[in-house]
Amino acid sequence: MRGARRPPSGRSPRSKDLAKEKQGAFAVIRDRTWEERVQFARRWGITAAALGLVIFLVLLGRRHGFGVPEYLQFALDGLRGGSIYALVALGFVLVYRVMGVINFAQGAFVMLGPMLTAFFYEQGWPPVPGLRLALAALLAVGIVGALGMAVERLTLYPARRASPLTRIIITVGVYLALQGAALLLWGPYAKVLPSFTTMSLSDPTLRFGGVRVKAQSLWIAGTLIATVIALGLFFGHTTVGKAMRACAVNRLAARLMGIPVDTMSTLAFGMAAVLGAIAGIVLGPVTRATYDMGLELGLKGFVAAIMGGLVSFPGAVLGGLVLGVLENLWAGVTVAGFKDLFAFVVLILVLLLHPRGFAGAEAAVERV
Amino acid sequence: MRLEVERLEATYGSVRALHGVSLHVDPGEMVAVIGANGAGKTTLLRAISGLLRPMAGRIWFDGHEITGWPPERIVALGLVQIPERRQLFDSMSVEDNLRLGAYLRLRRGERKAVEEDLQRVFELFPRLKERRRQMAGTLSGGEQQMLAIGRGLMARPRVLLLDEPSLGLAPLLVQELFRILRALREQGLTLLLVEQNARQALRVADRAYVMETGRIVREGTAAELLADPTLQAAYLGGSSGPIIPSSSPMEVAVHARSARTVASGDAAVGEHGDGGDDAGG
Repeated sequence: MRGARRPPSGRSPRSKDLAKEKQGAFAVIRDRTWEERVQFARRWGITAAALGLVIFLVLLGRRHGFGVPEYLQFALDGLRGGSIYALVALGFVLVYRVMGVINFAQGAFVMLGPMLTAFFYEQGWPPVPGLRLALAALLAVGIVGALGMAVERLTLYPARRASPLTRIIITVGVYLALQGAALLLWGPYAKVLPSFTTMSLSDPTLRFGGVRVKAQSLWIAGTLIATVIALGLFFGHTTVGKAMRACAVNRLAARLMGIPVDTMSTLAFGMAAVLGAIAGIVLGPVTRATYDMGLELGLKGFVAAIMGGLVSFPGAVLGGLVLGVLENLWAGVTVAGFKDLFAFVVLILVLLLHPRGFAGAEAAVERV
Repeated sequence: MRLEVERLEATYGSVRALHGVSLHVDPGEMVAVIGANGAGKTTLLRAISGLLRPMAGRIWFDGHEITGWPPERIVALGLVQIPERRQLFDSMSVEDNLRLGAYLRLRRGERKAVEEDLQRVFELFPRLKERRRQMAGTLSGGEQQMLAIGRGLMARPRVLLLDEPSLGLAPLLVQELFRILRALREQGLTLLLVEQNARQALRVADRAYVMETGRIVREGTAAELLADPTLQAAYLGGSSGPIIPSSSPMEVAVHARSARTVASGDAAVGEHGDGGDDAGG
């Protein structure tokens, strides 16, 4: 099993030298570089598989006689869904890096964003629809953020010494509880948010040459870009952001420097909830928001995060966009009803190819 | 500003690691705790820093009983630990590592004072200034140790706890390190130094404690202990040659053997058993 995955030996002498240079010839280091080599091989394997898939999809599309404009249209539409997955995936990565937990409650926050926004929007005050929508969205994001922090304090913090698996199951429980609460509060009916551009149910379509883009798609893409910039500034230029990264890099050292790691965990969880809520809200006018929309979006965000390696923010964004585009291409060349199949096949494949699960990395993070 | 540990008992994992340890460090002193691998030295420091809650006993610092306090409150009082194997934020820049050492002070809004301290650390360790934008994980072993000390100093400690600072350093760097520690002491900093490198530690310290299997078995001035014939045999290798660097596997084996005989086979009781988490992020 171990030998079977060994990458070509041409690369090994160099990485060995590097390891020696760094710390001396300890067996631990040699093991680690081997691990890195496996990761490296796996990453390129995945890239090759993705390329093969694209070629396969294009070949399938030839049956329908699709040309470049059609593929461009599919890809562009896919980027819309992909941006949403990217936003959700950023939340997964944030929580996983700081806390070592895969947060399946993320889907619930994605659902609560538009549900709460629609709820406040329906209240009819203030009368100006644009202002009302903005206020409603702001209020919803704030509530979801606070709820996220409360959830962390009340469910994960008391179980902070429990195994990662226990903590993951807790987040599944939280998801189900929040979904149930939404069902109780609003019933099984769909809620609809107005288009951000027209404040009505019809969304204008813009044409660029041969391709069509919905105005709401631009809002979604803009939100993703703004979020990525904001996160970059937060983690790169603020003391709290750097401290949060430090918690992820070396929890023991962070504690010894006086960084309150438990507070950082709560904050990270709240931020992830906010990211989820924002994703749900900008998606609101495109789909109909229901109490159970979180499952699909949460899982797809998770798939996107895994595709990006689960610890990398750029990886999560890229994973989300790639997943969105591939999924949409797949649906385009087969049958629209097959769309969801794609992400879940990817999920199963990734989990099969990653048999140890993600507990290994967590154990390293948690061991303090 | 006196640090006092009173009959401390603690477990590390499921192993009883401390059996009623008492010690004190007075202001301006440099105190060493020496002992073999597994004697409980790291556990002692972890308990003082609030990383693990002791089963019994008390820790006093600066008139406060800090037993069971969270680490951030203890750091805020000025009791700062520089952990074993440096534990840097490997994937962050040298400068960010240093600034994070002053996290609590930055949060209190002491931005200007922190920047001044940053310049002071750069004066103390010019190599760090040259490499301020480099990732901490790419530094050499000696530079990493300087960074670890610099990061600790950024917290403006009143008492600095050092866990095995000489571990993995080449002999010349060990000399350099102890010179720096001595200089810090001269500037009025109080230091509690935990070391396996007993001879070097005793040369720079004022007083020392000897730990064995979770107990303090000897204490005295450094000069007394250096001259003690039984300690000579057990920890100081018998001869007065340079202290064994732990970088050469053969010499480490010799060192470990001599240490084990004294610690009655206790060296396996994993005080350092959490191997490899220094790069765990």
